[in-house]
Amino acid sequence: MFKRKNLLGIQELTKEEIRAILDTAESFKEILTRPIKKVPTLRGKTVINLFHEPSTRTRISFEIAGKRLSADTINISPSTSSLTKGESLKDMAKTLEAMNPDIIVLRHSAPGAPHLMAREAKFSVINAGDGAHEHPTQALVDLLTIQEHKGKIENLQIAIVGDILHSRVARSNIYALTKMGARVKLIGPPSLLPPYIEKLGVTTEYNLEKGIKDCDVIILLRIQLERQNKLFFPSIREYARLYGITMEKLKPLRKEILIMHPGPINRGIEIDPLVADAPISLILDQVTNGVAIRMALLYLILGGES
Amino acid sequence: MAEEKIIIMNKEDIKNSLQTLAQQIIEESSPLIDLCLIGIRSRGVDLAKRINTIINSITKTSIPIGVIDTTLYRDDLSSSSYKPVLKKTEINFSVDDKNIVLVDDVLYTGRTIRAALDALTDIGRPKTIKLAVLIDRGHRELPICANYTGLTLKTIQNKSIKVTLEEVEKQDAVLLLPFPEKTRW
Repeated sequence: MFKRKNLLGIQELTKEEIRAILDTAESFKEILTRPIKKVPTLRGKTVINLFHEPSTRTRISFEIAGKRLSADTINISPSTSSLTKGESLKDMAKTLEAMNPDIIVLRHSAPGAPHLMAREAKFSVINAGDGAHEHPTQALVDLLTIQEHKGKIENLQIAIVGDILHSRVARSNIYALTKMGARVKLIGPPSLLPPYIEKLGVTTEYNLEKGIKDCDVIILLRIQLERQNKLFFPSIREYARLYGITMEKLKPLRKEILIMHPGPINRGIEIDPLVADAPISLILDQVTNGVAIRMALLYLILGGES
Repeated sequence: MAEEKIIIMNKEDIKNSLQTLAQQIIEESSPLIDLCLIGIRSRGVDLAKRINTIINSITKTSIPIGVIDTTLYRDDLSSSSYKPVLKKTEINFSVDDKNIVLVDDVLYTGRTIRAALDALTDIGRPKTIKLAVLIDRGHRELPICANYTGLTLKTIQNKSIKVTLEEVEKQDAVLLLPFPEKTRW
């Protein structure tokens, strides 16, 4: 059972807690298909989405999740936040606390920002991405999506392909998938695979075609174009040729492989448009499951005293 | 000295009660067009299935049957000290203009039924909603009553009524236990 006040990362969760979140999310999926997609569960609760980095799907799915549970959701974006005026995160936490919200969903470029806020304030905190550290809700979305399509997570071989070095999605997914008993293989150019990452219980591979041979699922990561002036690989074109998923690269595989991507996708770079729009692509299922996972978390954290 | 648990209904009593409930439902709902059974999680689900089987064997009519989970509609979520586990609501038919019979095991404060009514009206607009319970133990806190009752029993509040069913506990019985309910629901 999940009884935490905050969700700061996957690293500290137990397998049982992850299981409880997934089970609850599955029950919530039924509500998403009703004509009236709203239940009164979190009436009178206030959810503040404090996003200090751009986001579409995470912020919107938290907002929709809150609204479907009848909570009041408020969005604070970088341009409207006083953090840009130089207010410290601690003061921001104190200011928000004075308005008695029940939960803050925080995205911040600094790793550990949600942890700091959780220490300083009485309200609950959900980490919606802190720097290159963790993005726990995305990993939970990916677990739910894999479980729905494969019927299990245990003993599956999962490849995470791309910019592991800068990816909070990769880190949360490594913790989540290994805890649930999957085998994880990280694939990417050496410059984007952090040294000693094998200590997290994963294997690594530089060659994509070789690496994906025995895999059930590929989780692609976005090439963060905004970082590429730092030259982690010679050119976008070369990366696309070596690590972009195309139908040609999938053809020699003996079993069907499922493709996931946390989005937003760079068509023609890490994923060929034909793959992105193929039936094996679960990218939009991930978005749908995003709402269910976030409803489950808001319910588990805010429904009932812990 | 701890008091013993007392058996209020045994297997045969439960069987007869459900038989009577099913017959009453048939009489009042005939010709059974638009009749649906919806069980309230968790005991109500198995009882609804049994009533459905009896109705089916008497009338040779198959009735749509659904499951409703009232967790999200509880009025004690922010005060209850434990978190109820959320399970799925499974109603694979439209409830609009249907004659619904809600089925539950014990009718007590009426708060579960209030939650079930709210949950049901969020899904659609049934023509009528009626309530069938195996046992009514009194102590209502809301203006709710059952249309079909297996057994009405005067109880005191610091004891609890527990229905065990073969489907879950391998034994059909209604028990009076010498301690209060964990939640007054």
